[in-house]
Amino acid sequence: MSSAPTVVAGAPVVNRRRRRWSRDRAYPTWFYLPAALLFVVLFAVPTFASFYFSLTRWTLFNTEFIGLDNFVMFFQEPNLVKGFTNTFIYGFLTSASKVVIGLLLGLLLTGRVVGRGFLRAVIFFPVLVSTIGVGLTFKVLMDPFHGLINGSLAVLGITGPGWLTDPKYALLSVAAVDVWKGLGIATLIYIAGIVSIPQEYFEAARVDGASWWQNFWHITLPLVRPATTTVILLSLIGGLRSFDLIWAMTNGGPGFTSDVIASVIYKQYQAGFYGLSTAGNVVLFVVVALIIIPLNYFFLRREVDR
Amino acid sequence: MRRAHVKAWVVGLIALAVSVIVFIVPFWFILLTASKSASEAADLSLALPTQWQLFRNVVAVLGTGQGMVIRAFINSTTLTICSVALMVVIAAAAGYVLQRRQSRWNLLINFMVLAGLIVPPAVVPTIWVMQSIGIFKTMIGMIMIEVTFGLSFCILLFRAFVGTIPRELDEAAIVDGAGPLRLFFVVILPLLRPVMITVVVVQAVAVFNDFTGPLYFLPGFGNETVQLTLYNFQSQTLNQWNLLFSDILLITIPPLVMYIFFNRQIVAGMISGAVKG
Repeated sequence: MSSAPTVVAGAPVVNRRRRRWSRDRAYPTWFYLPAALLFVVLFAVPTFASFYFSLTRWTLFNTEFIGLDNFVMFFQEPNLVKGFTNTFIYGFLTSASKVVIGLLLGLLLTGRVVGRGFLRAVIFFPVLVSTIGVGLTFKVLMDPFHGLINGSLAVLGITGPGWLTDPKYALLSVAAVDVWKGLGIATLIYIAGIVSIPQEYFEAARVDGASWWQNFWHITLPLVRPATTTVILLSLIGGLRSFDLIWAMTNGGPGFTSDVIASVIYKQYQAGFYGLSTAGNVVLFVVVALIIIPLNYFFLRREVDR
Repeated sequence: MRRAHVKAWVVGLIALAVSVIVFIVPFWFILLTASKSASEAADLSLALPTQWQLFRNVVAVLGTGQGMVIRAFINSTTLTICSVALMVVIAAAAGYVLQRRQSRWNLLINFMVLAGLIVPPAVVPTIWVMQSIGIFKTMIGMIMIEVTFGLSFCILLFRAFVGTIPRELDEAAIVDGAGPLRLFFVVILPLLRPVMITVVVVQAVAVFNDFTGPLYFLPGFGNETVQLTLYNFQSQTLNQWNLLFSDILLITIPPLVMYIFFNRQIVAGMISGAVKG
């Protein structure tokens, strides 16, 4: 990488001609080269290869073509199907919660409240903490017998459930922690969106005697739509492929009730079923593409319409 | 006006109370448990430790597994610094040309940048590629992986920022006889400073906190990063909650320091990156 530049820069022969304004010379294509090389070798090639390898029984040393068997397996084994459906539940639940709570916090933190700066800082900080650290901390806090959460509920006379040990709640509990951790970004995006709404709208509404609710419903909500789009897309992209938080908190358990596609991929990889693991990757790819691309298109079109 | 004032106070106080419970208590719990002795930490409560021994616990954590944690810190620091440095230069060069030069390739390149942002990487095939070039389980390989996966985000930020630099500047430099390299490194790169700080901070935090990447692409004894040691720590030091939480605390310090110093850039980066993505 470093030898190529010196050759080009050190060529004095063409000095005079280069003085002429030439777009192609000033912005050489080879500036793309390092990025393109990494992208192709470590991202594009594996992505395309995954379509082939998902159709094989694969041990890294030899491959045996078995057609669609891996995918059939993926949609027949109950624990793999569970991972598939859980991915949607997890993705949509976290995304929706971040939109609703993020918008409410955004409204609160752009209004006149005491301790605004402090609140912003506090809500944003979990974004920066390692996901594993957050996961392990909440695993301890959510312990059914010794955990702080159930301990506090017991003081109020409520018997808390086994947040992570009860199959009914495990996935939801992890999703809740995901929202806790990612809320900071959603709130920030909404704050930026709300602040950029021209004040004239609200002044005009005040002259007309609009209520708080009318203000919110007819001015704020439509005008923060770009922020909403961003929050939805970002949290869906993150939520559908989420792995580390689930892995730190439940390992996909109890049983396989909180597995998602990403954790299935890891489990099959660990077990040495590389073909099946790669099939999981292809499924994840298709799921993300089928959700994000139409959504993106839909949002973009509506924005152009306005 | 007076009623509005009171209302603002009440709402603010309620929000403050809720956020203290929801957002501060977990961190307070981490700090307390990390400061207790093993037996006191076992009851996992918010009781104050009879004796604060945070320092002793941290020393104990650093001493476990023949300096494994220290090695992990060295590994993570190396990984973070190298990959962020490479990412900045590579992505700045690409984003700069992408913004300045209009060609029929732009559509394809923009599409690939977005694909890199959205498409989840295929794990085993990536390992297969890395193995065939001989960079699997090596620090160099891991650095390249982090650079590759972070490129899209950085290119988007740099492309947007280069758009705010007037072209007249380029033309003046070219008239003065600057070649493409001089133009980029001497004229453009210094002007990218604000966005560069954002990229560095956001990506440094991301790489330092990355768990999945090293889990897949950098396995093997001696290669552990801090996130992996933290994960392994919970099974090894069963019931030594004080040490586990000391480790969590230790790992939270670098991002915390980043946040205190670069608060504004992080926030700006998260928003602008998000909006353009």
